[in-house]
Amino acid sequence: MAAYVARRAGYYVALLLVAVCLSYTLAATALQPRAYFEARQPPPRPAAVDAQLTALGIDDRTPLYDRFGHWAAHAVRGDLGRTIDDTSVNDEFGRRVGVSLRLLLVGTLAGTVLGILAGAWTAVRQYRLSDRLVTVGSFLLLSTPVFLLAVLLKIGAIRLNQALGTDLIRFTGETTPGLRGGWWAHAKDRAVHLLLPSLSIGLITIATYSRYQRSTMLDVLGSDYLRTAQAKGLTRRKALLKHGLRTALIPMSTFFSYNFLAVFTGAIFTEAIFGWHGMGEWLVGSIGKDDVNSVVAVSSFAAVVVLFSGLVADVLHAALDPRIRHS
Amino acid sequence: MNDPVLDISGLTVDFGGVPAVRGVDLHLGRGEVLGLVGESGSGKSVTALAAMGLLPAAAHVGGSVRLDGAELVGAGDKALSRVRGNRVAMVFQDPLSAFTPVYRIGDQIVEAIRTHQDLSREKAAARAVELLDLVGIPEPRLRAAAFPHEFSGGMRQRAMIAMAVANNPDVLLADEPTTALDVTVQAQILDVLRTARRETGAALLLVSHDLGVIAGMADRVAVMYAGRIVETAPVDALFAAPRMPYTLGLIGAVPRLDADAEGRLEPLVPIPGAPPAPGALPPGCAFAPRCPLAEDRCRETEPLLTAAGRAGKATHPAGAADPAHLAACVRAEEVGALRPLDVFPVPGTDGALRKAGPGGGRPVADDVLRVTDLARTFPLLKGAIVKRRVGSVHAVDGVDLDIRAGEVLGLVGESGSGKSTTLFEILELRPPERGSVEVLGRSVEGLTRRDARALRAGVQIVFQDPMASLDPRLPVGDIVAEPLRAQHADRALVARRVPELLRRVGLEPAHADRFPHEFSGGQRQRIGIARALAVDPRLLILDEPVSALDVSVQAGILNLLLRLRAELGLAYLFVSHDLSVVRHVADRVGVMYLGRTVETGAVAEVFARPLHPYTQALLSAVPLPDPVRERARTRILLPGDPPSPTSRPSGCPFRSRCQVFAALDPGRKERCTTQAPALAPQGGDHTAACHFPAERAVL
Amino acid sequence: MATAPEALLAEAASDDGLVARPPSRARVTLRRFLAHPTAVAGLAVVALLFVLAFAGPHLTRWSYSDIDYTALRSGPSARHWWGTNRIGQDVFAQTVRGLQKSLIIGLLVGVAATAGAATVGACAGYFGGWTDRLLTFVTDLLLIFPSFLVISVVSPRLKGGGWLVFALLLALFGWMITARVVRSMAISLREREFVRAARYMAVGPLRIIARHIVPNVASFLIIDATIAVGSAVMSETALSYFGFGVQPPDVSLGTLIADGTGAAITYPWMFFFAAGLLVVFVLAVNLVGDGLRDAIDPTSARRRPGRRRAR
Repeated sequence: MAAYVARRAGYYVALLLVAVCLSYTLAATALQPRAYFEARQPPPRPAAVDAQLTALGIDDRTPLYDRFGHWAAHAVRGDLGRTIDDTSVNDEFGRRVGVSLRLLLVGTLAGTVLGILAGAWTAVRQYRLSDRLVTVGSFLLLSTPVFLLAVLLKIGAIRLNQALGTDLIRFTGETTPGLRGGWWAHAKDRAVHLLLPSLSIGLITIATYSRYQRSTMLDVLGSDYLRTAQAKGLTRRKALLKHGLRTALIPMSTFFSYNFLAVFTGAIFTEAIFGWHGMGEWLVGSIGKDDVNSVVAVSSFAAVVVLFSGLVADVLHAALDPRIRHS
Repeated sequence: MNDPVLDISGLTVDFGGVPAVRGVDLHLGRGEVLGLVGESGSGKSVTALAAMGLLPAAAHVGGSVRLDGAELVGAGDKALSRVRGNRVAMVFQDPLSAFTPVYRIGDQIVEAIRTHQDLSREKAAARAVELLDLVGIPEPRLRAAAFPHEFSGGMRQRAMIAMAVANNPDVLLADEPTTALDVTVQAQILDVLRTARRETGAALLLVSHDLGVIAGMADRVAVMYAGRIVETAPVDALFAAPRMPYTLGLIGAVPRLDADAEGRLEPLVPIPGAPPAPGALPPGCAFAPRCPLAEDRCRETEPLLTAAGRAGKATHPAGAADPAHLAACVRAEEVGALRPLDVFPVPGTDGALRKAGPGGGRPVADDVLRVTDLARTFPLLKGAIVKRRVGSVHAVDGVDLDIRAGEVLGLVGESGSGKSTTLFEILELRPPERGSVEVLGRSVEGLTRRDARALRAGVQIVFQDPMASLDPRLPVGDIVAEPLRAQHADRALVARRVPELLRRVGLEPAHADRFPHEFSGGQRQRIGIARALAVDPRLLILDEPVSALDVSVQAGILNLLLRLRAELGLAYLFVSHDLSVVRHVADRVGVMYLGRTVETGAVAEVFARPLHPYTQALLSAVPLPDPVRERARTRILLPGDPPSPTSRPSGCPFRSRCQVFAALDPGRKERCTTQAPALAPQGGDHTAACHFPAERAVL
Repeated sequence: MATAPEALLAEAASDDGLVARPPSRARVTLRRFLAHPTAVAGLAVVALLFVLAFAGPHLTRWSYSDIDYTALRSGPSARHWWGTNRIGQDVFAQTVRGLQKSLIIGLLVGVAATAGAATVGACAGYFGGWTDRLLTFVTDLLLIFPSFLVISVVSPRLKGGGWLVFALLLALFGWMITARVVRSMAISLREREFVRAARYMAVGPLRIIARHIVPNVASFLIIDATIAVGSAVMSETALSYFGFGVQPPDVSLGTLIADGTGAAITYPWMFFFAAGLLVVFVLAVNLVGDGLRDAIDPTSARRRPGRRRAR
């Protein structure tokens, strides 16, 4: 047992290490922090640029492996280096992780639950009007890239605000800067800001999950055990809920990890469009600023998240399926 | 007949205009066992499901199903759910997929109880344990907490029966309840069904394709063909003097374990053709296109199910029509006096081809296959997210085989006995883990790639499932040519060989450009045989070649194999779980249990005088399609399931289920528990691996 | 035997080889596909969009880079069918040009990614052992490696024919999930009897992969390639929207949407034509994919008996 856990963990660590090395190599060779400094107004002296680059550990005159060694030596001690603006990557990281999680949490949780319910419901009502409507809706949503959906939601909100003449829906940032008021006012302000980004993540999650849940549920509808459940006297509805839906959830766990990957990438766009200062916006911004250390930090974070979601999917699968748990 | 508890009349089922059941009348008396026989696609399962209102919404059900006078067809879900599981209960075929995989067995039975009875959870749980005990599940309290996948197939079917009788139903419907099970487990389950009926007094509608099972269980039998009942009669009358040519053919097509008075076997009579597709029924009698007795009037109108036929003199001396024996045939009177061979002539020379008689001895020839003490283990992995090796599966653990040129060796054993692993180990042509394998006189040790290729031309395989063994994406011509191409045969040879091979197995050469799905099951198996013959092998390995086929088709394939063997001088390694089939084709037989050969010898000798207690139990468990003999037999019922091949017990591996061991005195038991018996000669070339071999009549 | 009554029926129907020759697989697939009005409509839309993308530039006298200084931000008119943008470029010419680029990239990526997935998945699944371990490692690595990073770092630095490299990068990061599915299908195919039969007949491994494994996952690959075209177009436009994809002066639907977003409310024609075509195209492709799945995949057909019976 222990040997196997160690081997599996070793595999993940190896994957992660290779991914981090590749990210670093790519970021350090393709990004040009020197150009970022040289483009400043007024142009700084070359010596000052060199000094700054050396201080940040991203001097392109130092051999790549030296730079990597320097970075890695700090990274293993939990220090991810300095950003190009000479602030701590760790601090920035800490600030932004929470933002991203808040954004992802509401959208994916609500989207997953609603999507599963919609999928199960439409499977049972296959080819009725309600099924067709939900199907058309999810196809439309699945055919809309996240960024476009976000932009469309934003345009819709502007129109709505114009029509109402108030700023009912806010779509820039997480909070209104300088807002005064009690706890309730702040909570309301946050909720209003959260609405559109969560919708853009949630709607697409609903659409994907409902399609998958519908097809796993349809598989279950023809199953022998559902027939057995009816044969022992359960009504169809009760059999569907107790025996059908429960079993149809099992394959969703595998799907969870793949979908999370897509949601995570989608969140980059969502953050950038709605001006949330999360990890995705940071990645887009740091690439623009040729900020090597920040880019590496975000990429490594993404790799960890993906591996972690794979692990969560495994655990979910075992939790849902006794055949896995007890075999 | 007394007032029927379940009365089905004029039942019709169609799926979007395609009829599956076309007017079925069945009357099930209180406490009666009615056998419903038919081949796949005859509509027998659909009939059973329709009776419970369990067909999917796409099915259109007509006619009437009355339970004690109350109409079930057209009743609402609520009304039906009060009846289902309460007054009518069902036992399904495949107990693995019939239990919800995520709930415990005990909880699923509790649910069945509490749906219809106002019992507390604790009381219902106690009752579930009682029920599990009734159906013979050891340690029922413990096993109630198990999940379905933790049960063996036989245990699951027992639990399914426990669930069905939980509310003392008036009617039990069993849809092929033993089809997926091994023959010794089948015998146990049939026994449990009898117990369950005794406890509840329920009437039983037993749906099966197996005439032997029906013969042993049913009071009355109804035969279905193409969605209709074509004959119904009390069980003895039906088997003794069937009046519908289809029934007659069915009885003649079943290979039998018991020989006739002179110890000879009847040739099998295949019914020509295949059942019609539900959407494309011929006008008139649906069986007419396959019936040698068909006349013009048969093709015009569909005959009714009537008692018009006068019974044969033997069964009814009075000469009056037996009102309980109905047949849908215009020539029923004549048929009643005929035997299968009179109606269905065995084509060509097939009938004359018999294997060497019991006195024939073994051919004087080289060995085409010699396997000594073969072993193969697999790692046993455990764990969900994390897998780890926790032990070994000893799939094959000491197998000895030898086949001489032109000889047929039958290899029998139940699932998990290591038959298939043995085959694959031979076919891989790689040095075995233990023991030795010699193919066509060459050891498989140290074969070069070129040697292996050449050797593969001499040994070919035919698989069980004719659909799975043919690539659905290739036309039949390419499939048959594949082994030739693998041996680098030139184009001209391939072009000449393919039509020749197709003709040899009874197919049209013009079919070469069709795809496997365009053929019926029997035809597909013929394609598989043609492919195996392509490179003129000396040894054919046949892995359950007929077990996926309906009996009427199976007979044709078996006859073909016998003919090919005589024409081409082939040797067969014929693997089967069906002892009757082996009895029919093989010269010699090897019996496997838990990865070991436990008995070998000439077929006639081993079947007549089995020495190993396992062989005896196996033979005793096979049902005979003869109600009179079947009722007179005493069965050796093996307890439990075969032990898991993961543990290698000391001493004899069979002793945990052995009826001989159980009767031994402690002093002699000692020998079985400590020493593993070796295969020892028992006179002639009959060998058995038993310390206390004793003859026992089992048929 | 079979469990569901429809399976019973199907089985009985398949025992029909003697009676009449059933239509070939391709015909059956075509007929089932045509029985989906939405899928047929999707196919028609895809075809129309291709015509528009490739014939469109020849229909108008404006080229996508021409600037009409007399008409800045003018609405749709006879002179400029879909109006002009803020520097006077013809929106119709730009949109069809962008559509063309997006379609080409989508097709290229869909086909390349699926081909890669088929090769890697089939080899990993069939050979097993170290081949499998190595290929699985590469697959997993690419899955966790942020593709966004690579593409967004590399592609802005490409000039000229850079969109081709951009498309190849998209393909490079688009095959992994498909490859995993193909791998598990290949693993189960490897144990299927017809593959075993071929092996025992001395057929070589590469020949088995080419003749038995790949054709038997082909239906999945066709469906997947269709869907992959749609998702490739979505990735392309998303990256281009942020300036990480197709680079000016070249245009794609993504860059056009980016340019038009700010003006979406005041000058809707700058935004909605490109956005609308994007959604319509991806939707049509998805509908075609869904129809293909129903038409080709026997398991999905079995699970939808109601639909077939209703006809």
